[in-house]
Amino acid sequence: MKLQLDAVLVKECRDAARQIADEVQVFIGSRSTESVERTVLRLLGVNDALDDVPMANIIVDSLAARGELGLGAAYWLGNACKQLNLSPQMAAAKVAAGELDLLALPRIEPAGLRPFLQELAQPGLQRIADNRRQRQRLQLKLKMGPSPLLYVIVATGDIMQDVPQAQAAAEQGADIIAVIRTTGQSLLDYVPHGATREGFGGTYATQENFRIMRKALDETGEKLGRYIMLVNYCSGLCMPEIAALGALERLDMMLNDALYGILFRDINMQRTLIDQNFSRVINAFAGIIINSGEDNYLTTADAVAEAHTVTASQFINEQLALAAGLSPWQMGLGHAFEINPDMEDGLLLEIAQAQMARQLFPDAPLKYMPPTKHMTGDIFKGYLHNSLFNLTSVLTGQGIHLLGMLTEAIHTPFIQDRYLAIENARYIMNNARHLREELEIVPDGRMQKRASEVLAKAADLLSQVAGIGLFTALERGMFADVKRSREGGKGLLGVFMQAAEYYNPFLDNMKAKLDRGMEND
Amino acid sequence: MTEGKIIKAYGDALDDGAVQVSFTLPLAAGPQAKAAAASLAESMGLDQAEVVHMASQGAGFSFFVVYGHCHHQVDLSTLQVTELELEEMDFYEINDYIRDNVGRKLNVVAACTGTDAHTVGIDAIMNMKGYNGEYGLERYPWINAYNLGSQVDNTFLVAEARRLQADAILVSQVVTQRDVHIPNLTRLVELLEAEGIRNSVVLVAGGPRISHQLALELGYDAGFGAGTTPRQVASYISREMVARKLGSL
Repeated sequence: MKLQLDAVLVKECRDAARQIADEVQVFIGSRSTESVERTVLRLLGVNDALDDVPMANIIVDSLAARGELGLGAAYWLGNACKQLNLSPQMAAAKVAAGELDLLALPRIEPAGLRPFLQELAQPGLQRIADNRRQRQRLQLKLKMGPSPLLYVIVATGDIMQDVPQAQAAAEQGADIIAVIRTTGQSLLDYVPHGATREGFGGTYATQENFRIMRKALDETGEKLGRYIMLVNYCSGLCMPEIAALGALERLDMMLNDALYGILFRDINMQRTLIDQNFSRVINAFAGIIINSGEDNYLTTADAVAEAHTVTASQFINEQLALAAGLSPWQMGLGHAFEINPDMEDGLLLEIAQAQMARQLFPDAPLKYMPPTKHMTGDIFKGYLHNSLFNLTSVLTGQGIHLLGMLTEAIHTPFIQDRYLAIENARYIMNNARHLREELEIVPDGRMQKRASEVLAKAADLLSQVAGIGLFTALERGMFADVKRSREGGKGLLGVFMQAAEYYNPFLDNMKAKLDRGMEND
Repeated sequence: MTEGKIIKAYGDALDDGAVQVSFTLPLAAGPQAKAAAASLAESMGLDQAEVVHMASQGAGFSFFVVYGHCHHQVDLSTLQVTELELEEMDFYEINDYIRDNVGRKLNVVAACTGTDAHTVGIDAIMNMKGYNGEYGLERYPWINAYNLGSQVDNTFLVAEARRLQADAILVSQVVTQRDVHIPNLTRLVELLEAEGIRNSVVLVAGGPRISHQLALELGYDAGFGAGTTPRQVASYISREMVARKLGSL
């Protein structure tokens, strides 16, 4: 089954998206943020907390308050380690306890400290590289389920309750488990510490919660003979820190999309695009698959009228991902099945859109999101609606399939909601596994016309955005009908210009290794 | 017509009481789990409960579909139903009504409060484009619609309502867990009362878990559930303002 897509138009889309991404990368290149610096500290091993305040925050806040973040947090902590012959953890603990002032020590000249900072970065880099190899080994040994991989969420708020629910879902056939975050975490400017048992609509993302769930899913995976992927949300004000913690604890997939945060969480665009770049470099290096959030556009904008904004954003996300060193197999570009189910031939439009995305990004797994906007509480209709979504997904060869819940819009999923969703998907996907090899799309038919029309509109939108730049496009509300200002939103205060001698030992090192090519690409 | 009438659930004969329930038990599927499901159904008031489907959900959980004849009945004469009596107007009628009866634009401030990040409800009512072909309040020439978005703190909402001289406040609660929306909605009423402006605004709650009855119990003027259109909300607000002589000519 194939659509005829105008190759010239597709190239125009990619060229415009590259131009947009290049401009963003230039902006990012000379800046950093407080969350990027906290991430550097965490990768150096500073992952403890004092009275529930993460030491990474204590140190970065103190440097920022005194206007000394320009060199980067690594310089100051590294300087202390060198001068006092301390490990990063020990130096951080002394700072947190008020026993050490990083600015009061003699200072090694920044360029001269770089080799030492690279040494300090080695254990963190090594642990992430080891995790990447461990994942490859386990996936070879245990295998993955057939594509589309079935993705479900758990969201009890209590990590100890999440574990049995996630294990049950894996036993039922889920390949991917996301522990959805508590509402509001994206707006916290720190990552909470330790195991947590109280959240609303989800569970806090913490390093300890990651570790608990990873261990549980590894055990279940061994038992089932299937590798179970673990997902979390690398978005919001702590985007790169979550990436670091996920890389350290061998998560497999991360929601990771600045545009989502800008549009739907009102996070400042400068802040989150800078954060995103480092987080994506970490994810690239860690072998983690990212998911982008274009699907959300259609929860506010109309899925028929605004489908081209999804396609255009996918092109932009692809180029931003490439710039951060991600390989196509790591790009779970998002889209969704959100057309009003009462529309005549709506299914045809959904198939056209999904198939077009498949062909535009042939090596990306694509993250396909279920209907949510038109789920009503009529669980029986909702179950059917999800069935058509499941059929569309297998018919168009999607990679990451987020299962729709029949109780969407009622409550966070009950255990049986997930069970029924998995049963539905397994039935349909098994029953129609090779249907796409047996069908052809009518040339000049409804689906072909729809795809051509959406692609043309996406090309037009991309050329407009390329002309004015991504920041201005966001200010004008060109995505999801949402307007955001360059100076508005949350987190702008955490953005700063890098000093000439600024150094982030992880960014450089990871980028260099990615440029040489990681072993399983 | 139904006054004094006593009814039972209906399957295919009057008073057969037929119902279907489905649920999970924290037991591995097996004869004991099946017996437990039937016993639970009987405790729910289901006679001749029949477990028509049992399936393992893994990790020591099983899923059941049960049919039975529910012996409970409902005496309609004992029910108290609070329904919002709404004289619905269309887009043009509403604008004309505000122009003729209030004589100035209404200020409507809306927010999804607390930790809830789901704007789907408030957007459907407020957005220019609206939902399902119905324009949202932003499109109404006689309404100044302010959508504060999601995760809005109650105190911020009250401050904004003051600043914008709100005639009406719309609060949306979509996804909640362990009924967190109840104290959150109550808190807003308390804040408005403390500020002395509760009686000078039309206060409306909305969301899939909100009924008019619940809204009244929590101290709101009205509650709107799933499927509500912007037109219904606008009709209600404008008529309520006039009825309570708020900001009238």
